[in-house]
Amino acid sequence: MAKMTLEELRSLRDTKKKEMTQRDSGGKSAQIIIGMGTCGIAAGAKEAFDAFLDELNSHDVKDTRITQTGCMGLCFSEPTVEVAVPGMPRVIYGNVDGKVARRIVKEHIIGKALVSDHIFDKPAADIIK
Amino acid sequence: MAYKNYILVCAGTACESSKGIALYNELEKELKAQGVEHEAQLVKTGCFGFCEQGPIVKILPDESFYVKVGPQHAKEIVAEHIDKGRQVEALLYEKKQKGLSASGIGFYQKQQRIVLRNCGVINPEFIDEYIARDGYAALEKVLFEMTPDDVIEELNKAGLRGRGGAGFPTGLKWKFTKNVASEQKYIVCNADEGDPGAYMDRSTAEGDPHSILEAMAIAGRTVGANQGYIYIRAEYPLAIKRLNNAIDQAREYGLLGNNILGSDFNFDIELRFGAGAFVCGEETALLASIEGKRGMPIPRPPFPAVKGLWGKPTVINNVETWANIPMIILKGSTWFSSIGTATSKGTKVFALTGKINNSGLIEVPMGTTLREIIYDIGGGIANGKKFKAAQTGGPSGGVITEAFLDVPIDYESLQSIGSMMGSGGMIVMDEDDCMIDVTKFYLEFTVDESCGKCAPCRIGGRTNYNILDKISKGKGTLEDLETLKVVGHAMRKASLCGLGQTAPNPIMSTMKYFENEYLAHINDKKCPAGKCKDLLSYTIVAEKCVGCTACARVCPVGCISGEVKAVHMIDQDQCIKCGQCLTKCKFDAILKG
Repeated sequence: MAKMTLEELRSLRDTKKKEMTQRDSGGKSAQIIIGMGTCGIAAGAKEAFDAFLDELNSHDVKDTRITQTGCMGLCFSEPTVEVAVPGMPRVIYGNVDGKVARRIVKEHIIGKALVSDHIFDKPAADIIK
Repeated sequence: MAYKNYILVCAGTACESSKGIALYNELEKELKAQGVEHEAQLVKTGCFGFCEQGPIVKILPDESFYVKVGPQHAKEIVAEHIDKGRQVEALLYEKKQKGLSASGIGFYQKQQRIVLRNCGVINPEFIDEYIARDGYAALEKVLFEMTPDDVIEELNKAGLRGRGGAGFPTGLKWKFTKNVASEQKYIVCNADEGDPGAYMDRSTAEGDPHSILEAMAIAGRTVGANQGYIYIRAEYPLAIKRLNNAIDQAREYGLLGNNILGSDFNFDIELRFGAGAFVCGEETALLASIEGKRGMPIPRPPFPAVKGLWGKPTVINNVETWANIPMIILKGSTWFSSIGTATSKGTKVFALTGKINNSGLIEVPMGTTLREIIYDIGGGIANGKKFKAAQTGGPSGGVITEAFLDVPIDYESLQSIGSMMGSGGMIVMDEDDCMIDVTKFYLEFTVDESCGKCAPCRIGGRTNYNILDKISKGKGTLEDLETLKVVGHAMRKASLCGLGQTAPNPIMSTMKYFENEYLAHINDKKCPAGKCKDLLSYTIVAEKCVGCTACARVCPVGCISGEVKAVHMIDQDQCIKCGQCLTKCKFDAILKG
């Protein structure tokens, strides 16, 4: 995109905001968000990423998007992953290695149930509306 | 088919020991007995950090947060909440939660995220996601709706103070620079994070790089600067990559560069790399380093705000300070100043590490107590040990002891108890940590990092380090304690920059609160925590030793001798005090003392 004017920036913000909230509630696709700060990567986030990709492929799941984000601050439970499946509460999983990543795909994304023993709490309420 | 409800039962170690498992089993039984096992999924979770209130049960999607739940409550929770959809009021953490739906998320939480608002939320490599979360809206406001004086007034009213450690009012700093007439001015971001155990700035730069860029542009507009530099250490490759990527994207969108958003404002940002010298976090040394000179401080005044980079007026703020600014502009000074204490507004990010269960990056309102941080967020001390002290402010700070667990943390309160806010490292120590050992560690660090320009820091630091080393070896005298103080006072008074002025803080603070430990090392030649190797010895209790040879086999220096099934012996001259024999012995036959 070329340089923006004020109006273009505002309309881009509105569009993107809608996209982000839609994917929060009732949108079609599920989302896997992997914490990939230095800490997450050091703790094995890349292995988890690969396992997610592989497992989604092998089950032919096409409507799930994998993205990355920065550090959520839960260092004791890295790698952390947030999973948002339409119609289910958003949850944070901690200590997600390759094995747990595969469980998340099978049990949560496909089976629509939460994966035991790995759920943690989001650290704080969001201040941005 | 997804479930209607999810019952999350905390199965962290603390909750497990407080009957979390029995509760889980009982809930499972009740779900079946009441025929609603298809309505709700029962899930074990990791620690929520609220261990004092455990066992904890959280029910999704309505976010009901039940505390101190026992197996006896299982029946009621299932009958009321799951079957009839009514909260069990008596068990709620806060009664005000009543009737709240998913929008009430997080009210029980002690954290509030302003600086870290986007960390762990957006993809830091896509500018669009930052923009979607009100990114660059503050810059819009500053460009088209506010005058530079409005911006400074807003920062002053907000009460934002520098998060790099010293706590200087940010608005005032900007005002100084704005008021100097100069063709060229600069904006600098101090991302030279160097305290041992601190990584707040790295995580912010990695997780939300645009918030720094936007804030620097706001400062540029306010004081009349068109060039910014981010000074970041080369050891942060991912942060560098993401910042560079963010700068490229912002330029492409015209949010950096000439005529930003069609206005007459030009501003650009470049990175400058530090080679990891701690002293370069000091602002005058940092500016010298950007200029390509050796990173050494110069006396202030003149302050950089008036005469900084290449002799030009320069606003220099730390990463965390920058990340606050867009939110203050957008949500207003009234909102920001409603958070925190009388003198310290807003939040503070801490890197919580050490002997704590839930180590991590936390952001709490100023005025939060250490007790809340350690027990409600950190999940308590690891391995059930006893809390001894927390160290804040890194090599420039001091210890906070148990007596001060309930002091609301802000700039002034920490200073009054002999520590300091610092940039945000917080290291929790338990009964196994020796205060002399910890102090020695910090002093070794400052001696290593001293640039050597001024004598008080160069010679004083070394002198005190040598004394601490002597004490840790059981060779200290009572006069040494006096010398530590005298040299420390001289360093505080006469050192050129903050590094030397604050280097005696760990000594002064531990001598004040843990004098007994110093005396034990000096008078009794003992290290009460069992950490100082020279004052330690491992011996074998003859009556308990069965001669299994396990200790002899694990000893890395082969100093344990003895026949099979005969009592073993440790050669004290050769022993390196690694303690491996102690962990290996199954018969409690090895004594540490």
